[in-house]
Amino acid sequence: MYVNEMEENETVVHELRQIDLVPSHYKRPLISSPFFPRQREFVETDTYIPWSGYSSVDVFSSVEQEYFTIRNAASVFDLTPMVKYSVRGPDAEKYLDRLVTRDVKKIKPNRVAYTVWCNDAGHVIDDGTIFRLSATEFRVCTAERQLDWFLYSAIGFNVEVAEVTQDIAALALQGPTSCLVLRMLGLQGVELLKPFDIGHFTLHGYPLMVSRTGFTGDLGYELWMAPENAIAFWDALMIAGEGRGIRPIGYQALEMARIEAGFILPNVEFVSAEHTIRLNRDRSPFELGLDWLVDLKKGHFNGRRALLAEKEKGSRQRLVGIEIEGNKPAHHALIYSSADAEKQIGAVTSALWSPTCKRNIALAMLDAPYFDGKAEMWAEIYLHRELVWERRMCKCKIVERPFFAPERRRQTPAPDR
Amino acid sequence: MSTPINAKTFDCIVIGAGHNGLTSAAYLAKAGKSVLVLEAQHQVGGAAATRSFAPGFSVSSCAHLLHGLPEKLITELDLHKYGLQFAAESLPTYSLCAEGNPVRILNGAAHGNQLSEKDKAAYAAFIKKMNKFAAVMLHILNMVPPRLSLEEWSERINMLTVGWKVRSLGKRNMREFLRIIGMNMYDLLTEHFDNELLRGAIGMDAALGAEHGPRSPGTVLNYLYRLAGEVAAGKKGTAQPKGGMSNLSNALANAVKAAGGEIRTNTRVERIAVTDDRVSGVVLASGETITAGAVLSNADPETTLLKLLGAAHLDTGFVRKVHHVRNHGKAAKLHIALSGKPEFKGFKADAVPGRLIVSPSIDYLELSFNPSKYREVPREPSMEISIPTLSDPTLAPNGKHILSAIVQFVPYDLGADPTAARAALTENIISTLERYAPAIRSQIIALELLTPRDLEAEFGMSGGHWHHAALSFDQFFFTRPVPGAAQFETPLTGLYLCGAGAHPGGGVMGIAGRNAAKKLLSGGRYVRK
Repeated sequence: MYVNEMEENETVVHELRQIDLVPSHYKRPLISSPFFPRQREFVETDTYIPWSGYSSVDVFSSVEQEYFTIRNAASVFDLTPMVKYSVRGPDAEKYLDRLVTRDVKKIKPNRVAYTVWCNDAGHVIDDGTIFRLSATEFRVCTAERQLDWFLYSAIGFNVEVAEVTQDIAALALQGPTSCLVLRMLGLQGVELLKPFDIGHFTLHGYPLMVSRTGFTGDLGYELWMAPENAIAFWDALMIAGEGRGIRPIGYQALEMARIEAGFILPNVEFVSAEHTIRLNRDRSPFELGLDWLVDLKKGHFNGRRALLAEKEKGSRQRLVGIEIEGNKPAHHALIYSSADAEKQIGAVTSALWSPTCKRNIALAMLDAPYFDGKAEMWAEIYLHRELVWERRMCKCKIVERPFFAPERRRQTPAPDR
Repeated sequence: MSTPINAKTFDCIVIGAGHNGLTSAAYLAKAGKSVLVLEAQHQVGGAAATRSFAPGFSVSSCAHLLHGLPEKLITELDLHKYGLQFAAESLPTYSLCAEGNPVRILNGAAHGNQLSEKDKAAYAAFIKKMNKFAAVMLHILNMVPPRLSLEEWSERINMLTVGWKVRSLGKRNMREFLRIIGMNMYDLLTEHFDNELLRGAIGMDAALGAEHGPRSPGTVLNYLYRLAGEVAAGKKGTAQPKGGMSNLSNALANAVKAAGGEIRTNTRVERIAVTDDRVSGVVLASGETITAGAVLSNADPETTLLKLLGAAHLDTGFVRKVHHVRNHGKAAKLHIALSGKPEFKGFKADAVPGRLIVSPSIDYLELSFNPSKYREVPREPSMEISIPTLSDPTLAPNGKHILSAIVQFVPYDLGADPTAARAALTENIISTLERYAPAIRSQIIALELLTPRDLEAEFGMSGGHWHHAALSFDQFFFTRPVPGAAQFETPLTGLYLCGAGAHPGGGVMGIAGRNAAKKLLSGGRYVRK
């Protein structure tokens, strides 16, 4: 490149920056969470994955240790990359009620609700959580970026929608000693928060929002703060958790807990209806086994008419929890109606040998009518053993979800261990 | 919803007494439905009405000539019996020439001493061929568009008839039809003619009501749409209702009433009422609720769906489509009160009235379009002029005249200084007119210019577009105005579109209104329940 050309380019970049079109990280596509300076001290494996534009830790030291921290102590997971939107205004409740499948009118201030939202055809675009902060203020956490859909949905509503992902730092503190750690931190009364409650605390002079929510199916909390307080909070949390087994965890350990809790993951259990290309790759909430999230009586919402029709006609398939014989995880296994693998009736979406349940579990999408569980089911599992592939046909059956559901996840006041 | 027990419930409420609303109402009432038409203005007609614009001067305030009122509509609704009268029929078209040598077009023939024999023959052959294509187009315009899923047999048969109509043109003509349908008018005209006045005038037929100049793809569609109307209109050709457009609208209103329908003017609908995810009637600005099994809206799709119904009753994807309907019109309306008869160059004193086209060449037409792309007004506008007082002196005081014109390619958004833009446009129009009628400036008593934004305000058309939704391939037939509402039914059970935004589109043809009524009466998806 010639010198003048470079100069010219720099001028263009400079001009663009003046109007804020060039983000400062254009030379580095992934940004770091405000907790990163502290996390880096813990990362032994140097494995990171991209998550919503952030560089996120995959494994700190060992997946097993991190997983058992979730189930036996207090795990700390950096939630900052989760996409967050602020929804506020006189019509905020009406707007969200039309947007999502659940009845938002029933969410009281300082409560959280998990929900999905659909397109016109009643197919799921994404899932996420709605935090009701007041009568007219909400925060919506989503798996993928939704601003386009959210803004189009705002036509005709007196509501302001803005992405606030970078304005909020967040950690998930999950595990049996998580409540104790927060009490040691000085959050008085935090044990009284019921599942899906939101509490507001002040710590060393800065505000901290605590919600009793999580992605592990265990006792746990999510902690929300301004990015400038992230480092101070991390340090205080680690001190409070000393002796209670506190440990930062990466994405892989969380994924194990997620499957045990039976939660679905976008792009694993379903592809967003806004992204699918092929016919019949969209999934409705009914097909994902999320009937309990769909309130057909609350009034009109996106996809309602299509979902009513599906309800009448019956779903083409359904996501179920299954248990497979043996101990080999059924990753990507096809499911057949007989051991001779003649007729495929579904496929596994997520699989795990559950260390806590000591069961071979999986989430699987089954075709109608096989999700009624009346017929035999066989999983075709491939094992890669020192470069040799082996195939096993393992009998499986539909079981209740969540696979792991400890009492403590629901107990209030929350137990200390 | 609280409704007084003795309140009357209608089978159908029609929002808006535009000519399409009245047409729907007339067909529904004739079929035995109880119908109520609600009109916000003090008179019926919407954009097909007559009103005063200067003391003693009355004019058709939006549409001013009937070129495509179907013969079938007049017969089926017996409109002559109900008062429809024409002050003039078979009006010729003149392509005005600054040198005073206009080209005259009538009944498939072009005349004028500057036309070559070759062009005269070419025109006769051209219009004969185009009329065949227009007949195919008319078949499409008169249809309830099939849904693309083609779930029902009737839809498959409908679709087949379209194919059959095109095929039955014969191999050569079918090929030609398919070749030109997506083309631009400029290329089509330069293929056929040498004479600029001829090209300019025919080009204007493709430009009227459009938002693109003749060099834009899809303008042949607009031309064939207009021509289909002319085929439907039959022998009367381009006609001028006696007393202006209100004559037609009043005749339609009389037909509605004679069939037992009710019409209430000065009655503004505030919103469409919904009960259990189904239309239940309307709520008036007065607060009164009127219940009905079905509501047909003559209002444009944006007004109907996003304002009167509201996005809360619709899905985001559908709202997104409605929101993106292109409906910014570029046709302005000009009314001038004249102290005497305007003298156009090349016309004898006793010249018959006609349609006067200011579009002396196809390039002129394109150049008059260009500024509108940049929110600027045309320096030399293209116009369709009518002097209605020549055949209907009752519209103006004795000896005085009216010039009514459609001025093409006036942008909806007049830029940073709309007042200055309007003043500049007025001057551009007058100086353009002076080229053809040199004394006209001194004859002006009063002048009214309605830009698309004014038309929007006066007639309640979002975007001020006379088609309510631009007439282009992406908003035509089974995607008009948007997929999900292209069969006159909307996603809300019982709510129908019957205005220009529905298939086939605008122009005073009444076809959209007739189609909507036909759909409802044939037992639409929702009525059948």
